[in-house]
Amino acid sequence: MATIIVEVMLKPEILDPQGQAVASALPRLGFTFAKSVRQGKRFEIIVEGEPTDAQLAEVNKAAETLLSNPVIETYLVKVEK
Amino acid sequence: MALDTVSIAETTPNNEQPWRELGLKEDEYARIKSILNRRPTSSELAMYSVMWSEHCSYKSSKVHLKQFGEKAPKSDALLVGIGENAGVVDIGQGYAVTFKIESHNHPSFVEPYQGAATGVGGIVRDILTMGARPIAVMDPLRFGLADAPDTRRVLPGIVAGVGGYGNCLGLPNIGGEVVFDETYAGNPLVNALCVGVMKHSDIKLATAHGTGNLVVLFGAKTGGDGIGGVSVLASETFASGKAAKRPAVQVGDPFAEKVLIECSLEIFAQDLVVGIQDLGGAGLSCATSELASAGSGGMDIQLEKVPLRDPSLSPEEILMSESQERMCAIIEPSKLAAFMKICKKWDVTATVIGQVSEGDRLKITFNGELIVDVPPRTVAHDGPVYNRPIAKPAYLDSLTCAEVPTPSKGAELKAAVLKLMSSPNMADKSWVTSQYDRYVQGNSVLAQPEDSGMIRIDAQTNLGVAISTDANARWSYLDPYEGAKLALLESCRNIATTGAKPLAVTNCLNFGSPEDPGVMWQFSETVRGLADACLELGLPVTGGNVSFYNQTGSVAILPTPVIGVLGVIQDVRTRTQMGIKTAGLDLYLIGTTDDDLSGSEWAYLHGVMGNTAPKADLAMEQRLINLLLDGQSIFEAAHDLSNGGLVAGLAEMTLRYTVGADLAVSVNLFSETPGRVLVAVKPEDAEQLTALSNKFNITIAKLGTTGGDDLIINDAVIPLSELSQAHSETFPKLFG
Repeated sequence: MATIIVEVMLKPEILDPQGQAVASALPRLGFTFAKSVRQGKRFEIIVEGEPTDAQLAEVNKAAETLLSNPVIETYLVKVEK
Repeated sequence: MALDTVSIAETTPNNEQPWRELGLKEDEYARIKSILNRRPTSSELAMYSVMWSEHCSYKSSKVHLKQFGEKAPKSDALLVGIGENAGVVDIGQGYAVTFKIESHNHPSFVEPYQGAATGVGGIVRDILTMGARPIAVMDPLRFGLADAPDTRRVLPGIVAGVGGYGNCLGLPNIGGEVVFDETYAGNPLVNALCVGVMKHSDIKLATAHGTGNLVVLFGAKTGGDGIGGVSVLASETFASGKAAKRPAVQVGDPFAEKVLIECSLEIFAQDLVVGIQDLGGAGLSCATSELASAGSGGMDIQLEKVPLRDPSLSPEEILMSESQERMCAIIEPSKLAAFMKICKKWDVTATVIGQVSEGDRLKITFNGELIVDVPPRTVAHDGPVYNRPIAKPAYLDSLTCAEVPTPSKGAELKAAVLKLMSSPNMADKSWVTSQYDRYVQGNSVLAQPEDSGMIRIDAQTNLGVAISTDANARWSYLDPYEGAKLALLESCRNIATTGAKPLAVTNCLNFGSPEDPGVMWQFSETVRGLADACLELGLPVTGGNVSFYNQTGSVAILPTPVIGVLGVIQDVRTRTQMGIKTAGLDLYLIGTTDDDLSGSEWAYLHGVMGNTAPKADLAMEQRLINLLLDGQSIFEAAHDLSNGGLVAGLAEMTLRYTVGADLAVSVNLFSETPGRVLVAVKPEDAEQLTALSNKFNITIAKLGTTGGDDLIINDAVIPLSELSQAHSETFPKLFG
């Protein structure tokens, strides 16, 4: 079994109200390390055995059409053993 | 890229500049050079290109729109007219109301959710900048065919975006339209209306007066959102393979906007601003040049002071950014501390970015280097004006009359009613409107599916306003002059059926490419028709919006002038609603019915357009409005007849509270003759209705009585349970 990870982030130029909210909450709670915060989402997709190239291509397609909104987001597909 | 300053521009007159990529035409670029007596700097080029775009400059529509001024009726109600962020009308008791519709069509096609959401946000800020508290929104929407794959992408996103933004702001969404036609495939229309209320003394204008006064930017930080959105997105037809021109989508943050609203209203309440402007299309370019030209003209801006979300933005990008939830205010230095205190309280970033200066130049520096030095009027108002070629389109000569079967009884009629009322255009829109909060704030008196949305303004006196938006694009296609008048009249009727008196008009004119002479003809006829009708009815046009380039290839959308009418009702408790609530009422048809099937919903279901629109009878419609207002106290229910004709009106009135009716009808049930209203009255009030009919010289006909669980027309028995199911299952089936 392997886990395919799809990470989706808003493109850098797109406003991220959630990340901003986190960034302004941090110092209120005493965390002063953050200059800025951007928030994304992560999908863990479990497949039987080693993922094949064909499977990864399918995942990429799903990432582009369902898991992310390519107009405002980018995604990254990677395999975790 | 090195900073392009005014002094560099003076010494390098022949540098190549990307004016074409920014959407400017060759002669427009030449004109900028002649205004400045040199080539523009890249920042100036950015400003001119966005401000001279179709969306901002109205360069194709200006010559026609001036009719709204020339033909303006005398009106005591109009406090602020066309030209400001939104018009303001007097509704009595010291209250003023401001309302406006704007389009956000192109961004909503690219990214439906954010496009629609920021459309709502933009119009709400327009209303806010007038000094008003926004109190309700409405959204007329148009899509390609309901079962088309792209409609399934676009519609749910747009509806969710409208709902998401409006609901977060706590603004009730009290109406609108959802209409399907194949010409809107690839060109969905998202028109957003907002209405706001204030006291007369609170009106604010977009002006920068007083040398030494400060220019303050407040609200969200500036990012790379929608750069060039105006020039590229709203003013050019989409062509595939030009992905590089697609700008960054603007993302809205309704919670930031909510805070901005409360912060601004507190600032207004303490009278801390000289002038104010929101940042929408064309961002800072628009706000600085418009504020400066409305004042004495002089303004100095230090652009490096603009707080940035993305520090890598170039000055050109800062000037063009369409980041949402930002406002620009002009403040006397003595009031800055109080202003900043309020911003701090609401956690709103506020920064002094410049000063009103002597002279008549808008000068922008970036880290001390002069990068913009222009007469602001040339940017904001003296853009190119085109008198584009106009030609009556050829399609008008090949139209054929609408010959479709119109059943009048029996099983045929029943099947036809079920077919009509389950068609996407006529089906129950609850799937859409239940995603909107209609009752938040507790002042919504009427909301969709009622004829108009109604909001209580004063909880003590029960003063209220009603708003309706309407368009019949097929009639406008067949005859844009009459189509515009008919849209206005329908909207007025929708106001009057609820018991409110029509007071003022706004509009959102959605058309194809102005470079097509046929489209330009449709547009000019539309404006002429609307201006003529407003003059005759004595209704001022308070403002509006033009959206061109709603076109895919050579196919333009149906000409779609969405007309919004605002009415006043002295006591909202007396309003009339559309549904029949009790048995034993008499149902009357007011107005006469002809065979008007061209452009009708029924003909459309048969794939037939027809050949002519009905002629608008303004004098009769005015009498009808007067009749409705005079007789308001006897109407148990009243409903305007429009799309789907009499049969649709009957279905909608009986379905509302599931109270049936037994009727005998001799006129064409599917005809869409304008100027008709269905009313339900108690039998003892019949005499009074006859007297009204005589007084206003309008035909009435008794159709039957209310009651039972069926809609019975002639001998066709249509169980309401069956009709209701057909009517309500269409949207869930299509969109899940």
